[in-house]
Amino acid sequence: MTPKRKQKLFVILGLVSLAAIAVGLTLYALRANINLFFSPVQIAQGDAPMERQIRAGGMVKEGSVSRDPESLDVEFTVTDYVDDLEVYYSGILPDLFREGQGVVVVGELQADGRLYADKVLARHDENYMPPEVAQALEEAGYSPADYQAKAAEVGKRLDEEGVPQASEY
Amino acid sequence: MWAFIHKLGSPKWFYTISAKLQPWFWAAAVLLLVVGSLWGLAFAPADYQQGNSFRIIYVHVPAAFLAQSIFISMAVSGLVFMVWKIKVADMAAAVMAPLGAAMTFVALFSGAVWGVPTWGTWWMWDARLTSMLILLFLYLGVIALRGAFTSRDSASRAASVLAMVGVINIPIIKYSVDWWYTLHQPASFTLTSRPAMPTEMWLPLVIMVLGFYSFFIALTLMRTRSEILRREANKRWVQDLVKGQVEETR
Repeated sequence: MTPKRKQKLFVILGLVSLAAIAVGLTLYALRANINLFFSPVQIAQGDAPMERQIRAGGMVKEGSVSRDPESLDVEFTVTDYVDDLEVYYSGILPDLFREGQGVVVVGELQADGRLYADKVLARHDENYMPPEVAQALEEAGYSPADYQAKAAEVGKRLDEEGVPQASEY
Repeated sequence: MWAFIHKLGSPKWFYTISAKLQPWFWAAAVLLLVVGSLWGLAFAPADYQQGNSFRIIYVHVPAAFLAQSIFISMAVSGLVFMVWKIKVADMAAAVMAPLGAAMTFVALFSGAVWGVPTWGTWWMWDARLTSMLILLFLYLGVIALRGAFTSRDSASRAASVLAMVGVINIPIIKYSVDWWYTLHQPASFTLTSRPAMPTEMWLPLVIMVLGFYSFFIALTLMRTRSEILRREANKRWVQDLVKGQVEETR
């Protein structure tokens, strides 16, 4: 490699790394805004603004969904297995909505500590399996995506460290 | 090694060798894509939660892989062109951009179609979806920059710089689902870890990914060859080649 080419290579690599650092710092500074939703831990800590539209995310707690038989009203608890958030919603839920499933709810936190949702979105996990496999797992005593086991681990970690980690969901 | 790379940099040598390689990649692409899509769309089992709508993975994931890989290839070609002045690298980068933009669009569109029944929305400004949209704009920017200069050399240099700087977006796309809370799930399919699905769903996906890559290589070879003929039209060897072919058809 001639000295001139070497110099050029270093100039380019230098410029690209500087740009990468700039982008990295910007994203780090904006991290709170880039997160799509607040977790129940963050809401319990008071990080989320009241009476303004926010998004909250977590798992629908097992056994917490109660539907009003007369209307589309539904109440459920969103949990990250550390703190819980009660959600009230009136409308049609996505097909994937079920207990133990990840959701993102859009709505306002009210003074009673509940979130009044305008929109409920289901969050899919990265696991795929045929129905027979899911059924076999369930019969063997596991929940299909094994959410509970995964989430319990996260909960234990959080208790020890006290820091919510985005990557665990 | 260096001799080989320098030879590869010669348009004439590239034109000859790519003629031999091209049919193999086309054959592999057709075979893999036919087998993969039949297997994935008709024979792989449905998902326990999403039913048949999960089958969009067989287009969405390979397209998203390719969208990112093509951008990286474009940036590497840009670097090779800027530092070593190898013109073939720039020609390859030029012909890759439209396919990359198309793949990004396919990934975004198939994701939106899948998002409606699964998430309950077709778009959300989460980190993964937004960074992928930025990738589409970067591709369009690279294509537009190439068209915006009258001098080919300035156009090539500007497009190379944008591709090299824009490559910063690739790790952001890849790790967005780990760094931030997003609606998009983490990767189901990676080269490094155990797949998050059983073999009968995973194998057709591997075949589709390989098919998409073969298609990309075959198309890039083909289009680079025509780009070589276009740019080297006043060179002796191209004129001889064309003359020879014209006489053959006579």
